[in-house]
Amino acid sequence: MNYRHWTAAVAMLACALAVAARADGSGDPAAASSENGKYLDKDGNPTFKVQADGTVDWYTYSGFRRYHSECHVCHGPDGEGSSYAPALANSLKALSYSDFTNIVTNGRKHVDTANENVMPSFASNTNVMCYIDDIYIYLRARANDAVPRGRPPKHEHKPDAAESAETSCMGTN
Amino acid sequence: MRRLAILTTSVIAFMAWQGVPVRAADDVATLAKDAKQWVMSTGDFANTRYSTLDQINASNVGKLQVSWTFSTGVLRGHEGAPLVIGDVMYLHAPFPNTVFALDLNNDGKILWKYEPKQDPNVIPVMCCDTVNRGLAYGDGKIFLHQADTTLVALDAKTGQVVWSVKDGDASKGETGTDAPFVFKDKVLIGVSGGEFGVRGWVSAYNVKDGKLAWRGYSEGPDSDTLMDPEKTTSLGKPVGKDSSTSTWQGDQWKIGGGDTWGWYSYDPALNLVYYGSGNPSTWNPKQRPGDNKWSMTIWARDLDTGMAKWVYQMTPHDEWDYDGVNEMILSDETVNGQARKLLTHFDRNGFGYTLDRATGELLVAEKYDPAVNWATKIEMDKSSPDYGKPVRVKSMSTEANGEDVNSKGICPAALGSKDEQPAAYSPDTELFYVPTNHVCMDYEPFKVSYSAGQPYVGATLSMYPPQGQSNMGNFIAWDNKAGKIVWSDPEQFSVWSGALATKGGIVFYGTLEGYLKAVDAKSGKELYKFKTPSGIIGNVMTYEHGGKQYVAVFSGVGGWAGIGLAAGLTKPTDGLGAVGGYAALSNYTALGGTLTVFSLPSQ
Repeated sequence: MNYRHWTAAVAMLACALAVAARADGSGDPAAASSENGKYLDKDGNPTFKVQADGTVDWYTYSGFRRYHSECHVCHGPDGEGSSYAPALANSLKALSYSDFTNIVTNGRKHVDTANENVMPSFASNTNVMCYIDDIYIYLRARANDAVPRGRPPKHEHKPDAAESAETSCMGTN
Repeated sequence: MRRLAILTTSVIAFMAWQGVPVRAADDVATLAKDAKQWVMSTGDFANTRYSTLDQINASNVGKLQVSWTFSTGVLRGHEGAPLVIGDVMYLHAPFPNTVFALDLNNDGKILWKYEPKQDPNVIPVMCCDTVNRGLAYGDGKIFLHQADTTLVALDAKTGQVVWSVKDGDASKGETGTDAPFVFKDKVLIGVSGGEFGVRGWVSAYNVKDGKLAWRGYSEGPDSDTLMDPEKTTSLGKPVGKDSSTSTWQGDQWKIGGGDTWGWYSYDPALNLVYYGSGNPSTWNPKQRPGDNKWSMTIWARDLDTGMAKWVYQMTPHDEWDYDGVNEMILSDETVNGQARKLLTHFDRNGFGYTLDRATGELLVAEKYDPAVNWATKIEMDKSSPDYGKPVRVKSMSTEANGEDVNSKGICPAALGSKDEQPAAYSPDTELFYVPTNHVCMDYEPFKVSYSAGQPYVGATLSMYPPQGQSNMGNFIAWDNKAGKIVWSDPEQFSVWSGALATKGGIVFYGTLEGYLKAVDAKSGKELYKFKTPSGIIGNVMTYEHGGKQYVAVFSGVGGWAGIGLAAGLTKPTDGLGAVGGYAALSNYTALGGTLTVFSLPSQ
């Protein structure tokens, strides 16, 4: 690599770091609007909302619960990673909402002589797919240090929209 | 007669290439009596993990030093221990389940290596890391239980496949992590997958040709569980017809868990095999009403037929993921002046059980960690309808508190007061040496739906050390007749390494930071420690070669410990905004599988 390329690479890295400092993989996480209790950023991606007294939106709370049922046996508590799978609280600093849903839905493999990382497809798993936004919102909050480790102590009421979406998605099973 | 012929042939083959002294029979039972070898993962049929070697002892263990090391080239968690048969050491690795044969006469030169080709899609259906707990030896063959449930018999001399069978279906979440066990003419394996709704079973294959001899399920009709309604007993009484299915709602037993991924022990005189079955699926107790038999159960099965002689369910209708798979250690001791054949078991639920292994009579059941709080005791009054059952504390009951309620401060955590890491028993001290976890949890069950090959968990949990304490583990000495802790050495992290006791008056174990430790068997006083390349979740073993005693252990952090503790635990009492987290294991150690072998310096 010659000097010119180095400069370009360093400049790009600096740029990436600058962006990372005030946003995650989906950009600015600030809630710009809400739809039936679910918050969206300015680009329409699902996001978290944490009030001054620590009360979190329903989806952040629900995502905490679903993450610690479906994801933490590989990815460790609170999105902090394990000896087995990466820390998603870090990963979401770079992954966008669509990256995230794509990987969860289709899985991802990284298997070679040095790596044996396999993320399965959860497309047929209603326990994950019915709550994919919840899990994303929780991890997005963790990626931005908006909620500390552990169980969010207070949360907003479960919106009617969440209740009906859950019922229709999970079925009667 | 046929069996004798087979044995004779293999003895000749065995002697021909190893040049070992002539033996009466190449029978694992005979080989296991030779302390110079380590022929099965648990040391002996009784699972004592005790060795009569005493060259390394309490007076000189402080001088121990590293003799040699070997890297498996695999980064995942390394459980289990190598075998030593004659002049050859056999090592296993986590996925891809590489097997190495090392020549102890030639500085550990690799005699052969076997690496199975497995579909990597098995990796994510292995709850809690791609571990493997070791190999078995018998009839001139090395047995490997692969992640994808294939049981393969390798020629011990060449590594060539003699036979291979597929025991389960990984696409349904059925996976292999446990070590095979060779008892007489059979090789036994269990199955993992309690977090995927896999109904557990034990398979017994013929050592000779890999033909299935019998398979006994943990749940289902009597024809599946291999129970006789009249002859199979539980706490002295016949279990009755369809004792399993009658304790489940509808067909739920078909996805009911009760997996069998622990260790197996065997009493040749009684011809009984002992093991435990794991948690019922899901972790949400509300979704599976009933006692959920025979999950969470100690099993005694006839080796030849698989028929259950007796069963004892420790935690009916589990509400906390207290898998019953931990090892069953067999000892012959005198209780109240009477010689008894005992079985001692340290359950995930925090109680240490002592039973009569011939009859299944419950003799002792006491907490082996004082922190245990989900039950006050086990009911020992034989006239009580609740005889043998835990007396539960209502506030800790996730069933009573219900779905979507967070039950707090339950001890032990789902990791159990002890997990698969096996304890050791010394007949010299008549004490059990137990590696333990000292961790509590919050547990919130909620509704989940089943999908084949997908996680089927249904509870959120967070873990932390008991209130006011910072140590997450203890290494204890236990009196199984009195049901009492004799001494207890606190450890910063859970002790996730199998113990080894020796006639030298010492006990060895490993720690999650990576220390191999030797302590005095009588007092627990630390006599030696050495920090290996990675955290230890493997089991310590010993052997003698060329007149010298060696002690060996795998390091290579991972498993449940690596997942639960890598990032550190959250602190439940932390208020809003406080940054929680007890010591993170990742600050102490990193990945990588290595065998470290110790010996005393040459004079």
